[in-house]
Amino acid sequence: MSNTEFKPVLLGRVGRPNSQTLESYRADGGYQALAKALSMANTDVIEVVKSSGLRGRGGAGFPTGLKWTFLPKDVNGPIYLCINGDESEPGTFNNRVLIEEDPHQVLEGIVISSFATRATTAYFYLRYEYGRCYRVLKKAIDEMYANNLLGKNILGSNYSLDIHLHRGACAYICGEETGLIESLEGKRAWPRIKPPFPAIEGAFRRPTVVNNVETMACIPHILQKGPEWFMSMGVAKDPNNPRDAGSYGPKLYCISGHVNKPGLVELPMGISARDLIDKHAGGVWKGRKAKAVVPGGISMGFMTEKELDTPLDFNGPGRVGCLGLGTAAVIVIDDQTSMVDVLYNACRFFAHESCGQCTPCREGTAWSTKILERIRAGHGKLSDIDLLLEISNSIGTIPGSTICGLADGAAWPIKTAINKFRPEFEEYITSGRKSESRLLAGAH
Amino acid sequence: MPKVIVNDIEVDADPKDNCILAARKAGVEIPHYCWHEALSVVASCRMCLVEVGEKKPDGTIAMGPKLVPGCQTPIKEGTVIKTNTPKVKTSQQLTLELLLLNHPLDCSICDQAGECYLQDYTYKYGKAHSRLDEPKLQREDKYHIGEQIALFTDRCVMCTRCVRFTREVAGTAELQVVARGSHEEIDVFPETPCNNKLAGNVVDLCPVGALCSKDFLYKKRVWWLKHADSVCTGCSTGCSIHIDQNEDKVYRLRPRENPLAQGHFMCDEGRFGFKYIHDERRLLSPKLVSSTNGAASSSVVGSSKGAGGAQFADPWKDVLATTRAKIKEAIKTDARGFVAVLSPFMTVEEAYLLSSYLKQLDSRVRLVMGPVPMVGSDDMYPKGPKGEAPEAGRVKFTIRAEKCPNRLGVEAILRHFEGEVISVAQVVAKADATAWYFVGGYQHGWVTESIDRGVAKPSLLIIQDLFPSPLSERADIVLPSGSFAERDGTYINHSGLAQAVHAAIRSPGDARADSRIFMELTERTGLFNATALRKEIGNAIRALSALSVGDLGEHGVKIGVATKEPVLA
Repeated sequence: MSNTEFKPVLLGRVGRPNSQTLESYRADGGYQALAKALSMANTDVIEVVKSSGLRGRGGAGFPTGLKWTFLPKDVNGPIYLCINGDESEPGTFNNRVLIEEDPHQVLEGIVISSFATRATTAYFYLRYEYGRCYRVLKKAIDEMYANNLLGKNILGSNYSLDIHLHRGACAYICGEETGLIESLEGKRAWPRIKPPFPAIEGAFRRPTVVNNVETMACIPHILQKGPEWFMSMGVAKDPNNPRDAGSYGPKLYCISGHVNKPGLVELPMGISARDLIDKHAGGVWKGRKAKAVVPGGISMGFMTEKELDTPLDFNGPGRVGCLGLGTAAVIVIDDQTSMVDVLYNACRFFAHESCGQCTPCREGTAWSTKILERIRAGHGKLSDIDLLLEISNSIGTIPGSTICGLADGAAWPIKTAINKFRPEFEEYITSGRKSESRLLAGAH
Repeated sequence: MPKVIVNDIEVDADPKDNCILAARKAGVEIPHYCWHEALSVVASCRMCLVEVGEKKPDGTIAMGPKLVPGCQTPIKEGTVIKTNTPKVKTSQQLTLELLLLNHPLDCSICDQAGECYLQDYTYKYGKAHSRLDEPKLQREDKYHIGEQIALFTDRCVMCTRCVRFTREVAGTAELQVVARGSHEEIDVFPETPCNNKLAGNVVDLCPVGALCSKDFLYKKRVWWLKHADSVCTGCSTGCSIHIDQNEDKVYRLRPRENPLAQGHFMCDEGRFGFKYIHDERRLLSPKLVSSTNGAASSSVVGSSKGAGGAQFADPWKDVLATTRAKIKEAIKTDARGFVAVLSPFMTVEEAYLLSSYLKQLDSRVRLVMGPVPMVGSDDMYPKGPKGEAPEAGRVKFTIRAEKCPNRLGVEAILRHFEGEVISVAQVVAKADATAWYFVGGYQHGWVTESIDRGVAKPSLLIIQDLFPSPLSERADIVLPSGSFAERDGTYINHSGLAQAVHAAIRSPGDARADSRIFMELTERTGLFNATALRKEIGNAIRALSALSVGDLGEHGVKIGVATKEPVLA
């Protein structure tokens, strides 16, 4: 938050006294966007969001307004909005800060989005581990009910909405949108096969929109300040690529790992990883250099030191062989850290979190972990490297090999680590080295 | 009918088909584990990944960029399915390698070996070596899954067919997946084992050797088993089955898919209820009792295996000759007093042979229906959360209260020859019978006290049955007959579906299938031939005219016997 040129929007109220209360939120102009939205037609609200170029902040970067238009036109019965607060990508904590420090901003976005999508019930699916978030949100929702911001005829309009706060089931897979829906329904969070997509048949077999918390936080600002304001930030769409939707607006970047000042910063989309580390995170710790950087959560893969000038927008990481921007959770790995250890930790996480539904992911993640375990125990073979690469190709990078994206997420760290740091793996194996630290933090 | 192109073979598919079914019509197998026609689609095993594209009206073919699961992908006009491309083959190889990672490869002691989809697919689509260098996961076998079911956890491929079956068809939902990732296992909730009446089906559904039937476990290697198509006689649903036997011993019954009868499954009552056919109490030799001089002396007619010179003598020859003479004599004395009781376990052909013979001797002979065993009420699945029956339109399986296979068939015969269906109870109540010919063949005892008392001491009592009973104790003639596994013929189920049954085994001892007894008793020439007789019956009896096709095929033929119940309920 040390950027002097950019005034934070989403984090604008973070750090102020009583930032969680309705009173202070209203004093800062809160819920004016809601009043404005309620005076508009819901299709106009969708149009505003659509024209702002807002893309989902949950990882896939799907245009939010477009997603809303997938709902069927004539629906008998309820439509649901699910808020994905199951923030479980390693290195990601932007939703947590938003909820804990400024819950009304998110909730206002939810009410506006529900109004736009004609949803009559919103389910806030919150990661179980976020106890403080739960308490803060619960209090905020109670305040809203007490002040006619939820319930029947919100702010005197004919629009009514209920929000249910649901605590999750402690699993990474609950963050996948259909896994989340299954979990919400009280089932095992096994992602559903698509089609039908949630917009047609989602929670409780009803049309459903699933949106991320940060996406919701952007909505009130877009309504208030207009789509042009939102599009004034970020990276414009590539005119030569008709499929590029651009990367507009402010984005929360989580920085963790081997930096001097880990934390959360809000910046316009498109800052380079190098600037982010050097200018906003105080540089790599202990005077060392970065060896690898994860652009957006471990499932996106690794960038090398040479690739650090890549802009962290929706397209940048893809250009250097990563899966994408993901959750913009930047993890920095210094040059004293073995990539074998890093990859082992990543693989162990995915083996532990694989839901076990599809064969390639269930068996492949466990197998790659076993291989890395063996390499780290000093029993590696050079052929293991190609085997790891082949497993990663078969479980994730061939499209269609599994139901959901977790397998892709598990495959990209392996693929990028080996493609970009192959000599290090070879050296590790031929030297017969054993890893000093058998136990690593994180997954158990 | 949309035209689909599977590996360059053009074939007419059903609009409701998925890629697996469409390919099957073209004779192309798409390997799959989790998909089953009677269960919901989960597309999780990823074994059926294929390349799918579309043939445009201008003749060009555009293939999709992704591999897609064949089970989940619907077809339409012009769909192109490719299963033989390098991409598909590599994916199949890798999926199989992954499935075998933690599989113990204990085929030599696995019951499923020989009918295992892991074996078959690995042979056809897999590769010979695994690159796994690490120890396999080892997990406890679970004998607590159910009274009839054991789980060999290591062998499981997590297709979840069994879980979906208990949820979607049985409705009892005992089975579930526990843990996550590669540590996943199938299990039951504590102290709620999978003992529902359809539980045995999960063993058939299991594509590998994970779920095994405790009843069949380690009894026989499956490649020694010979299969005969038959029909379950447990109730009037008439499930199509395979009888698996070796050396005249039946080891197991398996459901045979029949959309006209029961669908894909069968109940445990039927599945495990066949044991009585090998009961040691079965009647094995024909018996004549000479009741001259008031003192009865019974003689078991020399068994062919008996001592003495008559080693190869046919014990039946004399018995049947005597029986025939006695029947004729009794009918001469009092034709109206001669009552033949037909059992609902008899095939249509057997009922026809006996009825036509007796009626031709004297039309005043009475033919009546034996006791029809009824137990409780119809048991319908899937059960609701509290064990309640499903709503009318949602029934997927019914275990019927009528515990016999062929009431409708025998009744059709009786109506033709007798004009009406008279029950044995009515005759007993009238007490005007002087001679009885009882045909049994029931699974359970059928001689009730009232029958026992009502029959009293007739001038002639012939019992043709499987087991000794109070009546056989004092019968003049006892003819040991054959169980359902020994019969050829036709059974007509509750909905009027005529299905062929085929003899799987030979009868024990000197017992004989009813059909053979009747052929000789009625002095018809030649051997019993169900197909020929069916044609004869079809031509002779209007209500059964559908049987005139002779060959009823795999699924049977509807005969249009009036029925109140919906077809395939």
